[in-house]
Amino acid sequence: MAEIVLNKLVKNYGRTRAVHGIDLSIAHQEFVVLVGPSGCGKSTTLRMIAGLEEISDGTVSIGGAVVNELPPRKRNISMVFQNYALYPHMNVRENLGFGLKIAGQPAADIAQRVDEAAEILGLTELLERTPAELSGGQRQRVAMGRAIVRKPAAFLFDEPLSNLDAKLRGQMRAEIKKLHQSVRTTVVYVTHDQIEAMTLADRIVVMRAGRIEQVGTPMEVYNHPTSAFVATFIGSPPMNMLPGTISGGAVRLADGSALPVPERAADNAREGQEVLLGIRPDDISPVGHGLSQDGPGAELTLTVAIAEPLGMESLIFTRIAGQEVQAKLYGPRMVLPGEELVFRLALDRAHLFDAASGASLEAR
Amino acid sequence: MDPKLRRQLGRIVSWVLTFLLMMIICVPGLWVVLTAFRPNAEVLAKPAVWVPQVLSLNNFAKIFGFAQEVAIPVPAYFANSMIIALTSTAIALLIGMSGGYAFARYRFRFKDGLFLGLMLSRTVPGIALSLPLFMIWSRLGLIDTKPGLIIVYVAMNVPFTIWLIDGFFRQIPIELSEAAMVDGCTRWQAFWRIEFPLARSGIASAGIFAFLTSWNEYALASQLTRSTYSKTLPVGLMDFTSQFTIDWAGMSAMAVIIIIPALALTFIVQKHLIAGLTFGGVKG
Ligand SMILES: Nc1ncnc2c1ncn2[C@@H]1O[C@H](COP(=O)(O)OP(=O)(O)OP(=O)(O)O)[C@@H](O)[C@H]1O
Ligand SMILES: [Mg+2]
Repeated sequence: MAEIVLNKLVKNYGRTRAVHGIDLSIAHQEFVVLVGPSGCGKSTTLRMIAGLEEISDGTVSIGGAVVNELPPRKRNISMVFQNYALYPHMNVRENLGFGLKIAGQPAADIAQRVDEAAEILGLTELLERTPAELSGGQRQRVAMGRAIVRKPAAFLFDEPLSNLDAKLRGQMRAEIKKLHQSVRTTVVYVTHDQIEAMTLADRIVVMRAGRIEQVGTPMEVYNHPTSAFVATFIGSPPMNMLPGTISGGAVRLADGSALPVPERAADNAREGQEVLLGIRPDDISPVGHGLSQDGPGAELTLTVAIAEPLGMESLIFTRIAGQEVQAKLYGPRMVLPGEELVFRLALDRAHLFDAASGASLEAR
Repeated sequence: MDPKLRRQLGRIVSWVLTFLLMMIICVPGLWVVLTAFRPNAEVLAKPAVWVPQVLSLNNFAKIFGFAQEVAIPVPAYFANSMIIALTSTAIALLIGMSGGYAFARYRFRFKDGLFLGLMLSRTVPGIALSLPLFMIWSRLGLIDTKPGLIIVYVAMNVPFTIWLIDGFFRQIPIELSEAAMVDGCTRWQAFWRIEFPLARSGIASAGIFAFLTSWNEYALASQLTRSTYSKTLPVGLMDFTSQFTIDWAGMSAMAVIIIIPALALTFIVQKHLIAGLTFGGVKG
């Protein structure tokens, strides 16, 4: 059993605090993704779990035991680094077998387990090459192979795909998912790419400035963001935010027009409160070209500023009450800049946030 | 002009220039080697005999005492030189590795100042220190001892070895030793199995440099040594000058003896200077 528990975990670099007391428990065999913008403390948190960074305060437990004082080698984890960190003076076989060799395993066992791992990752042909003779994707695979041969209790990944091009990244993402399904080990995966987070995670941990902003399954985080930050961070293109004021049971926008308060936030919205009305681009579509046609909505006539056709759909840039928003048009229809269209806002899927704190006003 | 011809001409010119330059560098060396095999009479002949007429090993025989003339204790000098150069190199490398690693990997107070101070110490010409050094060494009883000279050479070499080795450790991504520690190594094991092999070419270069500096050093050694206990080969060269004559041929023969180990060592170690080994392990 290898659950990982972080308890009020703190990291200070001199006077500056990079991680502000994180509480998180990761279940046995769970795939947890830490996601957040650059500098939010993801790597620092991961490195404290690995034992590569000293813990300033709080505890890390792996498999029920506090490991604060244990060096990395005694934590029974393995880690894949952003730059792969393959040993340049060893060939692929030696790279894969290094951990087992250090552990004093008999040569025959090492060879067998290296062959197994190489088989799983399709590295069999490359075993005698050195890292310099591999492509980026192959190096990535070797780094993963090195992590799995030791059969550790948990894998830690620090942005393992960020050095790959978009296509390869998609491929490797799928492979990591497959790997997790076959090896079934606890995984903590750090990324700043919300697509990786959505596709890989059992649970997503959204971090911001050294704190956890929200923890939940990908769908929870997507459908019920607890803050405007999470709402704009998860989902692509990001959620549109329309600033406004609650007035007479409606959200009054900058130009004086009003939209109804989304039902899920109706109980918490106070008269006169400054708010942000959040609507995803998928929920703003020209009439007849949207995802949902029923439910409460509002219709607005808007002028298209830019249209980006993507094939079966187009991304449309327009303005609502002076605020730039992105909208989606579904269907193979050509849209031209300057065109006036009637858009339908699916307000049943809209969100309301307090403008000052960014907290969601959704009733829970 | 035809561009092909032009290119060829350019190549010829560059070859000629290279040849001339190499000649300027090499001829004195070659002359020393030639002189080592010629009798003094021919070396000193006037007008000069450019093309050697007689070549023999007589000068070497003389040096090693196989001839009737007074022998110079070359074997003792040779042993002194070896012991002093090897020991001081080993110590300088050890300090250079520890210091270079510390500067490359750790943060500590006064780091920049310390580093600058080390480098500045190289700006003082060694000979300027010879008088104070002589006085201190004579108080400490280190004059005419091997340890006396070893300490001086270690001090001369350490700034350079630290600087060079620091640069090599800096090139090695820190993630490599981190990966090794996650893979089961202690910090010590990670150093010896990962970082040391990757910095080996740098350490070897520093070693050659330190060895050659100690092996060839003359100015301070001539002040701090007296007798066969500690005199090194370059100082021993002066034994060939007597009040009225200089035995140029014998001196050249000894110079050859000094050059050979240095040359041999450089060649042996050079094979291990496979630089650029760190690339490829990280990034794509
Ligand atoms: N060695 C250090 N000394 C001082 N501050 C540091 C150090 N390492 C990281 N920090 C700071 O700690 C904060 C968190 O850094 P961390 O590397 O964990 O960010 P991250 O979320 O992994 O970002 P990225 O996506 O860019 O990798 C940053 O503000 C960074 O400047
Ligand atoms: Mg990071």
